[in-house]
Amino acid sequence: MNAPDLEYAALLPMIIVLGAAVVGVLVEAFVPRGPRHLVQVLLALVALAAAFVQVVRLGGTEIVGAVGSVAIDGPALFMQGTVLVLAFVSVMFFAERRIEGGADAFAPAASSLPGSEDERVLVRERVLQTEVYPLAMFSVGGMMLFPAANDLLMMFVALEILSLPLYLLCGMARRRRLLSQEAALKYFLLGAFASAFFLFGAAFVYGFSGSVRFSDIDAALGARIGQEGLLLAGVGLMAVGLLFKIGAVPFHAWTPDVYQGAPTQVTAFMAACTKLAAFGAMLRLFYVALGGVRTDWQPMLWAVAIVTMVVGIIVALTQTDVKRMLAYSSIAHAGFILTALVAVDQVAVSAILFYLATYGFTTLGAFAVVTLVRDAGGEATHLSKWAGLGKRSPLLAATFGLFLLALAGIPLTSGFVGKLAVFSAAFQGGAMPLVIVGVVTSAVAAFFYVRVIVLMFFSEPAAEGPSVAVPSMWTTFGIGVGVAATVLLGVMPGPLLDLAEQASVFIR
Amino acid sequence: MSPTPYLVLATLLFTIGGAGVLLRRNALVAFMSVELMLNAANLAFVTFARMHGNLDGQIMAFFVMVIAAAEVVVGLAIIVMIFRTRRSASVDDASLLKL
Repeated sequence: MNAPDLEYAALLPMIIVLGAAVVGVLVEAFVPRGPRHLVQVLLALVALAAAFVQVVRLGGTEIVGAVGSVAIDGPALFMQGTVLVLAFVSVMFFAERRIEGGADAFAPAASSLPGSEDERVLVRERVLQTEVYPLAMFSVGGMMLFPAANDLLMMFVALEILSLPLYLLCGMARRRRLLSQEAALKYFLLGAFASAFFLFGAAFVYGFSGSVRFSDIDAALGARIGQEGLLLAGVGLMAVGLLFKIGAVPFHAWTPDVYQGAPTQVTAFMAACTKLAAFGAMLRLFYVALGGVRTDWQPMLWAVAIVTMVVGIIVALTQTDVKRMLAYSSIAHAGFILTALVAVDQVAVSAILFYLATYGFTTLGAFAVVTLVRDAGGEATHLSKWAGLGKRSPLLAATFGLFLLALAGIPLTSGFVGKLAVFSAAFQGGAMPLVIVGVVTSAVAAFFYVRVIVLMFFSEPAAEGPSVAVPSMWTTFGIGVGVAATVLLGVMPGPLLDLAEQASVFIR
Repeated sequence: MSPTPYLVLATLLFTIGGAGVLLRRNALVAFMSVELMLNAANLAFVTFARMHGNLDGQIMAFFVMVIAAAEVVVGLAIIVMIFRTRRSASVDDASLLKL
C-alpha cells in the first residue's frame, strides 16, 4: 500500500502555523526567560505573516487535498486569510505590556494560587508567562482547518484543536483570577458537552450515508438510500455543536460569562476568530454535505436565527457591563449572519464572508479599547464608570463610538455594508420574515449602542472615574487597524466585496 | 447481525451522559459524563462501520479516543486549578459570573 500524496503547497499555511506552535513549545523549554517573550511574539507574528503570504499566493486554488479530507477553495482561503490577519492583530494585543506597567494581561503562572505568596513573588519579579503564544497558534491552526475540513473526522479534529487551547487561554487573566478560572471551567464543560453532541450527530450522519466524506454524504442524499430518521437526528445534533460555537440562542449561555471572565485580549481574539471559523465550518457542512436536505434544516435555522436576534438584543439592553454588552451584541450578530445562511445560495456565501471580516475587525478594536479604560482593580468594565469618558479622553471615546456605530450598522461604517449584504442575500433567498425581524432588531440595537455613546459624551464624569492608560505601539497599531478597516470597508467596500464574491464557490 | 441493540445502547449511554452533565453538581462527575457521551458516539461509529462494512467509523473511533485524552488533560488542569483555589469542585460554587 502506498503512502498518501499530500498537496503540501495548498496545506502550507496550516503547516506553518501549527509548526510555529510546536516550535513555540520548544522555545518554552529551551530559551532562557529573558529573551523568551520577545522570541515568542516574533515567532508568532512571523509565522502568521508567512502563512498569510502563502494564502494570498494560493488565491484561486481549488483542490480537495490530503486524501479528500481538506478542501482548499475560495471560502476556505478567504476565511484562512481573514483569520490570519485577525490573529496577527490579536497577538499584538497579547504582547501589550505598557498598560499593566511592564507586565502583560496574563497571570505570571496559571498554576500559582490566586493571592498566594508564590504569586506575589512572581508578580514582583515581573515574570511573564509566554505559553499563551503557542496556545494561541494552535488555536489559529484549528481555526484555519475548521472551515477547510471536508469530512466529518477532520471537522471534529479541527473543532477540538481550536477549542482546547481557548479553554486554557480563558483561565489565564492576571487580574480577577477567580472570574477568569470560572470562565474557563464554564467554557470547558459546556464546550465539551456541545462537541459530544456534534460527534454523536456525526455518527448518525455516517450511519445514514456510510461515509464521512462530505461529497459522499451529498451523493447519498441524492440517491435517497439509508434511513431518513438517522439523517435528521444527526443533522440536528451536529447543528447543536456548531450553533454552540457561534453562540446562537439557545446555546449561548456560555458567551457572556466567558467573554466577561476571560482576559480581554483573549476575548477579542475569541470573539472575532472563533465566530468566523465556526461559520465557515457551518457553511461548508450545510451547503456542501447537507444541501440536499435543505428543506429539512432550514426551518430549524429560521427559528434559531429569529430567537438569536431577539434574545441577543433584548438582553443586551439590560446589561451594565461593557464586556457583557459586547457579548450579547455578538450573539445578536450571529443571528444576523444566520439570516443569510438559511438562504442557501452563492450570494449568501459572499455576504457572510464579507460580514464576518468586517465584524471581526470591529470587535477586535472594541475589545482592545476596553483594555485601556482602567482603575485600581484593573479594567473598569462597569458602564457607569464610562460616563463622561468623552470629556476626559475624547480620542478614545470617539474610537469606541466609531466601533459601536459600526456594530449598530450606521451608514459609512463597515457594519452597514455587511448588514445590507446579509439582509439582501436573505431577501433574495425568500426569507422575508427573517429580514423584517433583522431590521427591527437592528433598530433596537442601534438604541443601546447609541445609549453608550450618549453616556460617554453627554453625561458628567464620575468623581472617581477610571483613568485611560496610554498603550504601547502594539495596541495602538492594532486599534488603528480596526479603525482603518471599519472606515475603509464602510466608505469603499467594493474591493473586499468583489473578493468575497470571487471566493464564494465551494468545491465539491 | 442487527445493529439496533447496539444503537439503542449507544443512545442510552449518551442520554445517561447528557443527564449527568445537566444534573450532577461536581465538575469531575460532569466531565466524566461528557466522556461517557463521547464513548457512546464511539460505540455508534463502530456499529455503523460494521453495518456498512467499511473502516471509516473505526478510524473515527480511534481519533475520538485520542482527542478525548487531550480533552482530559485540559479539563483536569482547569478543574484542579479551580479546586485548589476554592477547595471545592462543585459547579454551584462557581457562580461569580452572573447576569
